[in-house]
Amino acid sequence: MQPTNTKNPDYFHKVVDCQWACPAHTDVPGYIRLIAQGKYTEAFLLNRASNVFPGILGRVCDRPCEPACRRGRVEDKPVAICRLKRVAADLADDYSGFLPKPVARRNGKRVAIVGAGPASLTVANDLLPLGYEVVIFEAQKVPGGLMRSNIPSFRLPAEVLDREIGDIIGMGAELKLGHRIESLKKLRGEGYDAIFVGTGAPKGKELKLPGRYDDKDHVHIGIDWLEAVAFDHVKSIGEKVLIIGVGNTAMDCCRTSLRLGAKSVKVMARKPRQFFKASPWELEDAEEETVEIVINRSPKAFVTEGGRLKGMLFDVMEYDIDARGRITAERITGEELLPADDIVLAIGQENAFPWIERDLGIEFDKWDVPKVDEKTFESTLPGVFFGGDAAFGPKNIIWAVEHGHQAAISIHKHCQGEPVADRLPDGMNLQTSKMGMHEWAYSNNYDGAERRLMPHVSLKERFSKLNIEVELGFTAEEAMEEVERCLNCDVQTVFTDKLCIECDACIDICPVDCLTITPVGSEEELRGRLTAPALNVTQALFVSGALPQTGRVMVKDEDLCVHCGLCAERCPTAAWDMQKFTLLRPKAIDEANRPTPGKRQFGT
Amino acid sequence: MSFIAKPRVAHPNLPRNDLGLTVREYEGAMSTLCAGCGHDSITGAIMQAVFELSIPPHRLAKLSGIGCSSKTPAYFASASHGFNTVHGRMPSVATGANAANQDLHYIGVSGDGDTLSIGLGQFLHAVRRNLNMLYLIENNGVYGLTKGQFSASADLGSKAKKGDVNQQPPIDPALTLLATGATFIARSFSGDRAQLVPLIKAGMKHRGFAVIDVISPCVTFNDHEGSTKSYEFTRKHSMTAIYTDFVPPAKEIRAEYEAGKAMPVRMHDGTEIVLRKADGAYDPTDRTAAFQYLQERQRAGEIVTGLLYIDETKPDMHELANTPPGPLATLPFAKVCPGSKTLASIQAKFR
Repeated sequence: MQPTNTKNPDYFHKVVDCQWACPAHTDVPGYIRLIAQGKYTEAFLLNRASNVFPGILGRVCDRPCEPACRRGRVEDKPVAICRLKRVAADLADDYSGFLPKPVARRNGKRVAIVGAGPASLTVANDLLPLGYEVVIFEAQKVPGGLMRSNIPSFRLPAEVLDREIGDIIGMGAELKLGHRIESLKKLRGEGYDAIFVGTGAPKGKELKLPGRYDDKDHVHIGIDWLEAVAFDHVKSIGEKVLIIGVGNTAMDCCRTSLRLGAKSVKVMARKPRQFFKASPWELEDAEEETVEIVINRSPKAFVTEGGRLKGMLFDVMEYDIDARGRITAERITGEELLPADDIVLAIGQENAFPWIERDLGIEFDKWDVPKVDEKTFESTLPGVFFGGDAAFGPKNIIWAVEHGHQAAISIHKHCQGEPVADRLPDGMNLQTSKMGMHEWAYSNNYDGAERRLMPHVSLKERFSKLNIEVELGFTAEEAMEEVERCLNCDVQTVFTDKLCIECDACIDICPVDCLTITPVGSEEELRGRLTAPALNVTQALFVSGALPQTGRVMVKDEDLCVHCGLCAERCPTAAWDMQKFTLLRPKAIDEANRPTPGKRQFGT
Repeated sequence: MSFIAKPRVAHPNLPRNDLGLTVREYEGAMSTLCAGCGHDSITGAIMQAVFELSIPPHRLAKLSGIGCSSKTPAYFASASHGFNTVHGRMPSVATGANAANQDLHYIGVSGDGDTLSIGLGQFLHAVRRNLNMLYLIENNGVYGLTKGQFSASADLGSKAKKGDVNQQPPIDPALTLLATGATFIARSFSGDRAQLVPLIKAGMKHRGFAVIDVISPCVTFNDHEGSTKSYEFTRKHSMTAIYTDFVPPAKEIRAEYEAGKAMPVRMHDGTEIVLRKADGAYDPTDRTAAFQYLQERQRAGEIVTGLLYIDETKPDMHELANTPPGPLATLPFAKVCPGSKTLASIQAKFR
């Protein structure tokens, strides 16, 4: 193995598992540390810099960070990262003074944004401070996109949406509500310098089975039905409800049904639980509300009687699953009829661009989705950009935010006549955390506390109204316990090989046996002969250069390091140091502040 | 030293020994020695060795005298017996403990001062008694606890941190032990764990007085240029004469050793160690030849390491004294206290 190149920001970035897993690369340990210090406003603003919507995401984020969290490997449960984000938003003081004000002098460039969902709003957030004139077109009468229409208010209160969307609009965006764009050709004719399409994936998938259209009033498309509920067009549902599909939309549908009068709600899944698409915590929340999840039922036909829905017929399935958890064979073992007053289809959603003319120069692929560059988010028509679900199909809010950041960079470069693909690389900052002999600028002791449970409103109370928020949020005291569970993975173990005298002190003190001094070898072979075998190949090995006295190398398995800093504390020569890693991920403003081409420097 | 203790959290895949314990169960208190002290590394090697031998912590007795080295028993095996004795008097206390209970495993940890200066008399008499214990000398050539004066093991010409040059000849533990009839003599280096761990295991299996002289650099007072006990100097000048492989009782000795170069030695309890000679001319069972070899290599500026001499045939203290097996506490009362008549008859012999 060659010595590890820690000059590449990706190496230390990967060590911060949560930040690496977050599409927007939010500085998770950084804001958790600020919460620990009671600096909620600062924590909120640090969040906002990457993910733009801390209050919203602190409630409904898909949390790719939590399955990645190192704490989940060292122990059982990851840090409650998502709900700590909510703490920052809940407890922050008035932060409006820290947000950019509407700029006094525009730069003369006009950008049209179609749709007012998270991707679009992020583009506006990044471009407004640079002086762009931003016009957002939204078909609905309120902004927010699927965050508003598809996430029920008992999970995401309207006030939170209003506040965080208002922060962006307040920077000087022109918001045209109730204004559906029917033709891209026409919009292009209105003289915009760039157009961003953030229209989401608004079409719910159909289930074309016998009887589908016999009783149209009682068979609903999940996302359309949720939207109708959100905008008060639908206020009730039958007593017996079947939800078809077991993704996160299905979870929202079943819980909403319970609040609209359903007495018995069953979620019907084709496959066993390990194949469910819904996040585990959303499943738990639904089951807590007495929703029954039925597995191994494949829909066969809608059953109606005299034009009125009576139920649904299912094939009862059986699967053979191999040792690696894959389905190798499936069989139908019988049939089952389940009665229903209403059926909600929540089996996925798709893109739909009926308003984009096909002769504009925007190429569509075989699924009738525009071809979009994965880095620049530009379509094949220069000046037209896509982001969020509109770009690569349904993902989630945090992905939409990251798309927005990247598209904003592209839009800025396009408008300035610069090549959109020539982008600033990620940078990093490393700063020692050493404060004194045994003193570090972070809480380095391992806290064995268990994950805090999120307090919920009682079952009785939560069904009394549609918009009672179920999760109460952590109190400051609960947050104080939870923050100590964070392992501070951003405080990196930085090794200087020429200082090492190979005294073994770090190896002996490491509580999780992640260090070894050994002759160098291939990665595969090294992984087998470390102090504790490094079996998790998704986690990097750090390999130093040859050590001065014996020519052996220092190897660190990053997998379970708890960043306690004891290696650095026991090192007599300071060959190990604990250094705070800060990812410098360029945004549109950094491109704007890039002084001269070729000379790279970050503005903020 | 550290303000936070080593966290209890552990690697989930740590190996377990025959008792189902991990090496973490053999840990002690947090070390208060200087960061980078060789002694801490030896502590790590002891933990590894007793873990691998599957010795229950409560069957272990650790003893020491005074000095930096003598603090180290606090840093391993918290669940075992311990005695921190008077300066240089550990061999006597160990003798008493061993006399009372010969079934425990005894580890004595001492330093060059505790062993070769104030305790030299005690030390050599424990050798004569062939007391059944492992005796580790954590040898750094200086009195670290009193800020770095030369000790009795400092080499001629070795430089102190402030530049003084040592004028007095050293006491070499290995040569001294060869001359006084010791039955297990080894030398190693705190920075060479691969060599030290099997030596400790072999020493614990040796029935009799097993001494390992471990060069253990003092990072604070003796790790500079001009020192002959620094990490760098020891690594440059050490030379392994004999590689020791400890063979667990269940395993057959592997046949891949070259004839004449490998020498299996059967220990008292039936386990075996295999000595592989780096230098074919060296015979670790020939006391006279070993003495000559060590002196030659020393003159050539080399620090010879490995198991330098072994004799499994000599009786230990209990055999010499013809004591009954088992701890005294388990003997019937009538045997331990045979009554005033017996006492009178013994006394009569001396009249």
